[in-house]
Amino acid sequence: MIHSLFLINASGDIFLEKHWKSVVSRSVCDYFFEAQERASEPENVPPVIPTPHHYLISVLRHRIYFVAVIQSEVPPLFVIEFLHRVVDTFQDYFGVCTEAAIKDNVVVVYELLEEMLDNGFPLATESNILKELIKPPTILRTMVNTITGSTNVGEQLPTGQLSVVPWRRTGVKYTNNEAYFDVVEEIDAIIDKSGSTITAEIQGVIDACVKLTGMPDLTLSFMNPRLLDDVSFHPCVRFKRWEAERILSFIPPDGNFRLLSYHVSSQNLVAIPVYVKHNITFREGSSQGRFDLTLGPKQTMGKAVEAVLVSSQLPRGVLNANLNASQGTYTFDPVTKMLTWDVGKINPQKLPSLKGSMNLQAGASKPDENPTINIQLKIQQMAISGLKVNRLDMYGEKYKPFKGIKYMTKAGKFQVRT
Amino acid sequence: DTWISTQKKIHSQLSLPVYPLQENRQFGSKMTDSKYFTTTKKGEIFELKAELNSDKKEKKKEAVKKVIASMTVGKDVSALFPDVVNCMQTDNLELKKLVYLYLMNYAKSQPDMAIMAVNTFVKDCEDPNPLIRALAVRTMGCIRVDKITEYLCEPLRKCLKDEDPYVRKTAAVCVAKLHDINAQLVEDQGFLDTLKDLISDSNPMVVANAVAALSEIAESHPNSNLLDLNPQTINKLLTALNECTEWGQIFILDCLANYTPRDDRESQSICERVTPRLSHANSAVVLSAVKVLMKFMEMLPKDLDYYGTLLKKLAPPLVTLLSAEPELQYVALRNINLIVQRRPEILKHEMKVFFVKYNDPIYVKLEKLDIMIRLASQANIAQVLAELKEYATEVDVDFVRKAVRAIGRCAIKVEQSAERCVSTLLDLIQTKVNYVVQEAIVVIKDIFRKYPNKYESVIATLCENLDSLDEPEARAAMIWIVGEYAERIDNADELLESFLEGFHDESTQVQLQLLTAIVKLFLKKPTETQELVQQVLSLATQDSDNPDLRDRGYIYWRLLSTDPVAAKEVVLAEKPLISEETDLIEPTLLEELICHIGTLASVYHKPPSAFVEGSRGVQHKRLPGSAGSGESVESPDPGAAATETPPAVIPSQGDLLGDLLNLDLTPTTTTGPPPPTTSGMQMGAMDLLSGGLDSLMGDESEPLGGDIGGNPAMGAAFGAAPATMPASFNAPGSGGLDDLFDLGGGVGMPMGALNPPKAVWLPAMKAKGLEISGVFVRRAGVIQMEMTLTNKAMSVMTDFAIQFNRNSFGLAPAGPLQILTPLSPNQSIEPLNNLQVAVKNNIDVFYFSCQYPISMLFVEDGKMERQVFLATWKDIPNDNESQFQIKDCHLNSDAASNKLQSSNIFTIAKRTVEGQDMLYQSMKLTNGIWVLAELRVQAGNPNYTVSSISLKCRAPEVSQCVFQNYEAVLKN
Repeated sequence: MIHSLFLINASGDIFLEKHWKSVVSRSVCDYFFEAQERASEPENVPPVIPTPHHYLISVLRHRIYFVAVIQSEVPPLFVIEFLHRVVDTFQDYFGVCTEAAIKDNVVVVYELLEEMLDNGFPLATESNILKELIKPPTILRTMVNTITGSTNVGEQLPTGQLSVVPWRRTGVKYTNNEAYFDVVEEIDAIIDKSGSTITAEIQGVIDACVKLTGMPDLTLSFMNPRLLDDVSFHPCVRFKRWEAERILSFIPPDGNFRLLSYHVSSQNLVAIPVYVKHNITFREGSSQGRFDLTLGPKQTMGKAVEAVLVSSQLPRGVLNANLNASQGTYTFDPVTKMLTWDVGKINPQKLPSLKGSMNLQAGASKPDENPTINIQLKIQQMAISGLKVNRLDMYGEKYKPFKGIKYMTKAGKFQVRT
Repeated sequence: DTWISTQKKIHSQLSLPVYPLQENRQFGSKMTDSKYFTTTKKGEIFELKAELNSDKKEKKKEAVKKVIASMTVGKDVSALFPDVVNCMQTDNLELKKLVYLYLMNYAKSQPDMAIMAVNTFVKDCEDPNPLIRALAVRTMGCIRVDKITEYLCEPLRKCLKDEDPYVRKTAAVCVAKLHDINAQLVEDQGFLDTLKDLISDSNPMVVANAVAALSEIAESHPNSNLLDLNPQTINKLLTALNECTEWGQIFILDCLANYTPRDDRESQSICERVTPRLSHANSAVVLSAVKVLMKFMEMLPKDLDYYGTLLKKLAPPLVTLLSAEPELQYVALRNINLIVQRRPEILKHEMKVFFVKYNDPIYVKLEKLDIMIRLASQANIAQVLAELKEYATEVDVDFVRKAVRAIGRCAIKVEQSAERCVSTLLDLIQTKVNYVVQEAIVVIKDIFRKYPNKYESVIATLCENLDSLDEPEARAAMIWIVGEYAERIDNADELLESFLEGFHDESTQVQLQLLTAIVKLFLKKPTETQELVQQVLSLATQDSDNPDLRDRGYIYWRLLSTDPVAAKEVVLAEKPLISEETDLIEPTLLEELICHIGTLASVYHKPPSAFVEGSRGVQHKRLPGSAGSGESVESPDPGAAATETPPAVIPSQGDLLGDLLNLDLTPTTTTGPPPPTTSGMQMGAMDLLSGGLDSLMGDESEPLGGDIGGNPAMGAAFGAAPATMPASFNAPGSGGLDDLFDLGGGVGMPMGALNPPKAVWLPAMKAKGLEISGVFVRRAGVIQMEMTLTNKAMSVMTDFAIQFNRNSFGLAPAGPLQILTPLSPNQSIEPLNNLQVAVKNNIDVFYFSCQYPISMLFVEDGKMERQVFLATWKDIPNDNESQFQIKDCHLNSDAASNKLQSSNIFTIAKRTVEGQDMLYQSMKLTNGIWVLAELRVQAGNPNYTVSSISLKCRAPEVSQCVFQNYEAVLKN
């Protein structure tokens, strides 16, 4: 099982270590540093690194490497999933997961890690339960504790931990009972030179914020559940009911949680929200290159495309770029060769464009690679897969809750080749 | 915006105005733990000590917090041990927990002090609050001090039976902790049985933890049968699976995977209950479920509807794993690589999800590329090629290289696409990007090997890039191409000559290739290139220190000078085609790895026994049921067993094998098709076996014509064309991929008198799918080792080579014969006629041993002159005479004599004394040892009976073997 955990910052300092079994010397991280040196980019450090006596399994989040040390055969995904859970918990507790935040709360961090694993076995990883065991630090509570001498460690056995619904604490009470759901879809796509789609898929999630008194039992149904053939559920969802009726039936955890995530594969037809007209060329023997880019909305069901951000890694030989943006601003970083254009909202009547020239190093030959264009965007009130919630019902409690559903589409890894 | 982000915004807006900015900052510095990091002055420890002993609760707690903070950053605060332990007796839970944290860290270094804490632990284990009880038993288990563990036993026993499941589940893990510290104690105290009982607990979390603890303990006791899985326990596990936490599900699924269902119905019912786990949000649960399904699926009949349903259900979760974070993707991809090899049908329509995104980390890109090739088929090849071409223009050099190589692999795998691949590669060569060109040339060479005489028109383009090649592999590939197609390249001699200038600076790979290429050129255009070949031969034989190069040079030289026709046959022999996929994992290993999906083994594609330190003697897991593994090969043909001693497979690390291990074998390539060097080397090795060469090797040697084969190049090297290559058998269900290398010993050769059936020498189980059965015969004066090499694996085997270990009669593939030396004690265990053989192919080197009948060694000129016989008989001391009885052999002397004659045992004289026929016989062994025999034949009624035999020989060790041979021949 998981032996130890080291947290390493971007400059290669180990700023926290935690051992669940015997102490493993820090020097084991030297193997990690070696791998780090070999990697061209921070994210290229391989996630599983063998050393003579241990294995290092790491994830990189918020520019911090979370390096777990294991000694015997342990499923690597188990370790990686656990590390993700650690990151999520830190974020949940401290708002951000940074070196400063972790150092500021080092004792809470330590208490949390101790609570999350016992001898390398996961113990309590549900945020609901952890919060009952260890109260998240807030300025107010710290002040109150200082004055009254009370502590931020719960005195009682976390009740949820042993019930049939371990994800929900008992005795929840709210004056305003609310249940809100966000359907957020990210579209990943690769578009080739000519504008045709090579691959496009949608990663969708339904995040929920449920603040309901007592033990509510919810059902959520969809207009078009057939879209959801590849889903991962929160443990609260009753799988049998879904299999039989395509209805989500569950007793929700208290607070924020991810109800389900789904994947609409490239085999279904995926709508592409924007198109890009581009002409990025270098001529042989000339030190100039042309850059010409125009964006336009495609299949958006009439909704506005907002927060558009275009970025592209230009070839190494490019010295600078003289461009003219019809809207928004662009920047070119001559060191990283990253061109970023903050477009904003696309106006279908007046399409945004970025045109101009690029200068190459004198005497440099024509670059071999073609830059890829990366696009970020947001579309409100639409799930691009067409998924629509039909209705939400509550059983088991008498009151009438406020309900709300919002849709949003974002670009995930949306790449246009040139 | 979404609900959740708005909510966060409101939250932060609310909190801001409450505290004015300045005050806030003040609070910030005072109220956070970062203050603990600031004190680094010298008297720190002293100050902390004072604070820890303070009367004020609050001060105490703050002090412990400071101590913990120092500890987390690696400062040594062990000096405060007694002071911190003093704070343990408290009703403040947070303070208690903090002290426990400290204890766990430092108890090991202060064992005597740690005893002080024992009482508090024991007391806490009786606390009415189950949280305290659990905390105490949990912490105690983490204190790795022997003295403390003794005190732990009683509280632990109570906690294992606690009324509160939270305490029980904590105690279950504690047993594993204790086992890690003192395994004997755990066994003596009977904790393992209690733990086994907990598998039937009513609470699913307790069950999951018990399973996890038992699995961990079982890892260090591979044969202990701790997790005794039977249908009842399986049912309990499956029930708990639905209700426990995600982590518990992983433990239970991993445990289920070790179970072998009794029949396909049980298998199906388990699969049905595991399938819902595929929709779990935790990817580790998903992959563990995939493992269980992949394993149990083996037992389902393929025509079952459910089998098809299950196959369909497996694809979506695997695809979903690929949209997760890159670290998860990496592990998923390594596993998918295995799954695709075992069951390509699952993901055959999902090619697109493996397309590379330009900002994927490099380790994800390389894995995706690998799987793309595995999934490439005629249906999707156009798309794949377009993608690969795109990748070949990316920035990352490693990735670009692999992409170019992948194009070549596509050409080899999907014949219909070969032309398009070649033209894509040519386009890439036109880019003149150095490493792209070199990589392209290496793969084009493989394409030539796969499709000879089809794409040679591109050679001109390749030759244009000759100067830009600076990597050995690319240079070697180019030289191979020039040599192979020398007759079509007008200036081949000039091209090769240009390489010759810097001969000594080239790597061995290039040197060997250059040598072979120039010899090929010479054989094709002898008139103009005599000088060139002289030059390269002298460079190779006289100026080089490399034994491989020298040997190959000498062989060519001798070959060219003695028999140019034979040289042509050897050097320009037709090469075997290269196989489609060379980097497939060997099937038995693949089966094992499928059983380990989701583990480190699956990430490294190595069996767990190969690398996991913690696992002492891991059992090899096998897939159950009806896989095409051809178990029948294990039992040799009963007929063969009657005449031959069953072969013993030599343990791979035996001392005797020293010689074999030094075999000069070319490194086996794991990626990409074998480069032509391999074939060159292999031909070199085979040359040694050639019967025509023995005159070069000294006359005292007896060539052993080993019929290995299935491969025309070798056939040519033997000078005897392969008689037949019948595909006569298939292991059941192995998909028709079995290649059969069966070379009869030539047509129309006189059959020896003794011709026992072949025996299995090397079962396929032990040689990664290569089965060797064989027999020794002597035909037309040549000892022949007839072998049937059967490929029971799923991939094609190539690059065969053979070598014998040193043996009693110096049998070697045309090596010099050794004079029989006195037997060392080590050898006497083995029968004299034991032969240890190494056979090599592209997968590995395999060792086995077999026995050959000694009659093989009897040469044709073994008839002694009478005078000599008499003199020799007298000359050999009587000590060297051995007598044997032959029973139940009814032959008269003439019949016996005839029979023996055909085995090269010659009768020199016959005498009849008192109704007994005495036959005097002689035979000569290959190494010049004479054996003299006196055979007595009783002329009784009604039948004649061969009764006894005396053997005289200067090397009495052989007598036993010779006698056995007599018996075999006479009774046959």
